[in-house]
Amino acid sequence: MTAPTDYLLQLADTALVLAQRNAEWCGHGPVLEEDVAMANLALDLIGQARLLYQHAATCIGGAASEDSLAYFRDAAEYRCLTLVELPNHGPRSGGAFSQPDYATTIVRNFFHAALMVTLWTELQQSSDAQLAGIAARARKEACYHLHHCGDWLVRFGDGTEESHARAQAAVDHLLPYTEEFWVPSPAELAAVSNGSAPHPATLRAAWDGDVNATLTAATLRRPVQRGYVSQGKFGLHSEHLSYLLAEMQCVARAHPEGVW
Amino acid sequence: MTTPPLKDWPLWEVFVRSKQGLEHKHCGSLHAADARQALHLARDVYTRRQEGVSIWVVPSAAITASNPDDKAELFDPAADKIYRHPSFYDIPDDVGHM
Repeated sequence: MTAPTDYLLQLADTALVLAQRNAEWCGHGPVLEEDVAMANLALDLIGQARLLYQHAATCIGGAASEDSLAYFRDAAEYRCLTLVELPNHGPRSGGAFSQPDYATTIVRNFFHAALMVTLWTELQQSSDAQLAGIAARARKEACYHLHHCGDWLVRFGDGTEESHARAQAAVDHLLPYTEEFWVPSPAELAAVSNGSAPHPATLRAAWDGDVNATLTAATLRRPVQRGYVSQGKFGLHSEHLSYLLAEMQCVARAHPEGVW
Repeated sequence: MTTPPLKDWPLWEVFVRSKQGLEHKHCGSLHAADARQALHLARDVYTRRQEGVSIWVVPSAAITASNPDDKAELFDPAADKIYRHPSFYDIPDDVGHM
């Protein structure tokens, strides 16, 4: 039983957009070693996105390819979680200038990796054999991402006054966007009904356990969530996604027959 | 968790054992706040292309090295003592490969 194409695209788009955000640190990381580590993390996500796009392209058939899906769809067609498309800095007002903030990047990746560890674990039992195979491979990568980012989160939270304040600000800023994880999209409901994916709400307890344990170790406070639910996986995105896609897609669109 | 400021991160020597190898080989060094982080970062910096199955990290400060200026007195005397090599002994056939 093949997973619904929109479900595969939701997974693929989320991986690719987060990879693109993480790749913005390439050459600008806080230290050389962490720069390489974050680039590895981005490359893992691009690898996952490629496998998912290839699978989706086969399902769609015709001229669809991993490149056409990644480079020739606009923001409204993307189904990524809002969390992954936000910039690598906190909220700001108007045209205020913001430096990229590593705590924001780490917290975002931590929330996402905690979700993906539980989701990939479940997807290993997917009725879609190819998706189950991708899950088995991606789960190992997600476990490493969770370790790496969890380790940094504890260092930031339980570190200096400044690092604690920045980590707390990032948690306060980003946690509301995780509500979107648990509200099923039509693609997720279709995947549940044909046995190719778990209902997202069933992943919440494990995610809460992982996140709460790490926030406690990091001496960080979990803010109260207030019911706002972002809707990236429904195709309603923040203002940031179209700029990210413009940068990511412009070369492929300028040279549509290009080979590299 | 006490993470020292960036400028005080100690240097670590990284040893990696490859799939075929029995021993860990020195492959480079890196800066990290502590041993656990050094292992993580060594994984990312030195085993990205499946180079290894096991990693050791050792604080560079824990290594005592010989002084290059002492090279002559330490190593040169060994150069003309060919009788220290076991090549002058006939190995009995029933010993087999040594």
